[in-house]
Amino acid sequence: MSTQTIGGAGPRPGAGLPPEGTDGPRRSLLRRRPREGEDAGPANPWLTALLVVLALTVFVPLYFAVVTALKTPAQLGGTGFGLPTEIRWANFSDAWRLTDFPRAALNSAVITAGTLVLTLLTNSMVAYAISRNMHRRGYKALFFYFISALFVPFPILMLPIAKQTAILGLDNQVGLILLYTVYGLSFNVFVYVAYIRSIPIELEEAARMDGASTWTVFWRIIFPLLSPMNATVGIITCVWAWNDFLLPLVIVSDPGAATLPLQQYVFQSQFSQNYPVAFASYLMAMLPLLVVYAVAQRWVISGVTRGSVK
Amino acid sequence: MSTTTGGSTAVGQTPDRSRGGAGAPPSGRGTRGRGSRAYLWMVLPAFLLFFAFHTFPVLQGVFFSFTDSPGYGEWGFVGLSNYTALFTDPRIGHAYLFTAQFAVVATILTNVLALAIAVGLNGKIKFRTTLRAVYFIPYVLAILVVGYVFQYLFTFSIPAMAEALGVEALTTSILADESWAWVAIVVLAVWQSTAFSIVLYLAGLQTVPAELYEAASLDGASAARRFRSITFPMIFGFFTINMVLSLKGFLQVFDHIFALTAGGPGTATESVGVLIYRGGFQGGEYGYQLANAVLFMIVIIAFAVFQLRVLQGREEQA
Repeated sequence: MSTQTIGGAGPRPGAGLPPEGTDGPRRSLLRRRPREGEDAGPANPWLTALLVVLALTVFVPLYFAVVTALKTPAQLGGTGFGLPTEIRWANFSDAWRLTDFPRAALNSAVITAGTLVLTLLTNSMVAYAISRNMHRRGYKALFFYFISALFVPFPILMLPIAKQTAILGLDNQVGLILLYTVYGLSFNVFVYVAYIRSIPIELEEAARMDGASTWTVFWRIIFPLLSPMNATVGIITCVWAWNDFLLPLVIVSDPGAATLPLQQYVFQSQFSQNYPVAFASYLMAMLPLLVVYAVAQRWVISGVTRGSVK
Repeated sequence: MSTTTGGSTAVGQTPDRSRGGAGAPPSGRGTRGRGSRAYLWMVLPAFLLFFAFHTFPVLQGVFFSFTDSPGYGEWGFVGLSNYTALFTDPRIGHAYLFTAQFAVVATILTNVLALAIAVGLNGKIKFRTTLRAVYFIPYVLAILVVGYVFQYLFTFSIPAMAEALGVEALTTSILADESWAWVAIVVLAVWQSTAFSIVLYLAGLQTVPAELYEAASLDGASAARRFRSITFPMIFGFFTINMVLSLKGFLQVFDHIFALTAGGPGTATESVGVLIYRGGFQGGEYGYQLANAVLFMIVIIAFAVFQLRVLQGREEQA
C-alpha cells in the first residue's frame, strides 16, 4: 500500500471531480509513508471493545439470514433470532429448484466475468491513449466527456436505453456486459488516467527506440504495470456487475437471462408464503461474493484503498 | 442508429487486437509520429459506443421530454407542458421532498459513522485487520437481497422485540407507518454504504503524517483536539469527495426502496428514481417521466455544485 501514495495528490476514484480536493500544500505530505503498524504502545481495550461491538451490527442480518434459512416455517415467529430447533436443509434444495438457481447464478457469473475482462482490457487502453495525449484538445475533451457522465443520473437514460437495447436485440446477457463495460468508462478512465500519468514516459521511449509500436508498448509495457490499478478497478467492477439490480431490471426481458438479484425480485411474490426458502435463496445469492471476499479479503481492501489514495 | 452497429463490431474486435498486439511482432509503423493513429483507434470505438449507449439515450430522453409519448405508438410535441405540469403534481413534489430528506440524512449519518469508525480503526487497537475486514462486508452484498432480510427484521423481529421489552411505539412495523418508513430505508442505506466510506476514510487517514501527532502529543493536545486540529483538516479533501459521492448516490436511491417498502405505504417512500421507473414503464407516462428525469439531472448537478462550493470554501479557510 505504501508505494501507492507516490503519485502525490492525484485525483481519487470515486471522485469524478477535478483534483482540487486533495491539492495544495498537502501534496508534499501525501507522499509520506502510511503510519499503519508504526505506532507502538499498548492497544486501547475500550476502543477495541467498542469497535468489536459495533462490528457485530454487520453480522446481525447475516446471522439472521442463516438461522432463518435453516428453520421450518413452523419455527418462525417471535424475534426470529433463536437457533433452529430442527434443521431443514431442504430449504436450500427447494430454493435451488424454485428460483432455478443454477441458471441465474450462471448468468450472473458470465455477466460478471465478461464485464470484468472486457473492462480491464478496454478501459485501461482508452485511458492510456487519453493520458498520453492530454496535451491535445480532442483527447482532453474526450476525458472530460467521459467524466461528466458521472453526474448524469441513470433514470434519465433508463427509459430510452430499455427501448434501444430491445430494438438492437441486446436485452440479454451480452447487452448487460456491453453496457457495464461502456458505463464503467466514466469512472475507470478517471482512475486509470491518474495512475498512468505517474508512470514515467522514459520506459516507453526506450521501447519505441527499439521499434515497438504503440500497441506493443501498451500491451507489453504499460498494461502489466497497471496491475495494481487493475485490481482496484476489477474489484469495483465485479461487485457492481454481480450485485446490480436496476440495469438487469430495466434491460432483461427474457426470464432465462435474469441475474441473481433480479431473480430474487422476480420470485419475491412466490416466496411470501415460505420465508425459510426465501432466506435460503438470498443466502445462496450472496454467498459466492462473500466467499470470494473471505478468501481475498486483504487483497480486496488494499486494492480499494490504493484506488482511493491515488 | 448506424453508429451503434459500427460501434458494437468494434468492441468485438478489441480482444483480438490485444492478442495481435501482444503476440505478433511489432509492425514498426507506429515508431514515427508517436503512433497517433494507434491512439485514435484505441479511443474511437469507446467513444462511439459511449455515445451510442449513453449520450444518445440521454439526448433521446431530453427530446421525448417535450412530447406526450406514452413509450410506444404515436406521439406529438407538447412544448414545455410536461415541465410545467411537474411543478403542480403533488406526487412529484412529494418524491423530491422524500428523496432529498432521505439523501441528506443518510449522507450525514454515513459519513459521521464511517469517519468515526475509521478513526477508531486507525487508533491503537487489537484485531485491526480482522475488524477492518468485517466492516467492509456489507459492501459486497447486493442491496436488494440484503434489503429483503432487513425487511423481515423490520416487519417481524423488531415489533416482536419491542413487545417483549414493552416498548409500545415499536410494536407495529415501521415499514407500515407512513411517517416512519423512511427511517428503515435510512438504516439499510447507512448499514450498507458505511462499509465503503470507512475504507476511503482509512485511506485518507493513512496520508496524515505521524510526526504531526507526535508533535501534538508532546504539546499535550487531547484526542478530541488532535482530531479537530490535525486529522480532520488533513483529510478534508477525502471528506469533501465522500460527501459529494454519498449524496449523489443516495439521491438515486432505488434498490433499498424496492426491497423494503416498494414505495409504500401508499406513496410515502417513493423516491424520484422509483417514480420515474414506475411512471415511465408501467404508468404510460414516458414523456412526462422523462421531463421529470431531466429535472432530476439538473437537481443532482445543482446539489453537487452547491456541495463542492460550500465544502471547498470551507477547505480554503481551514
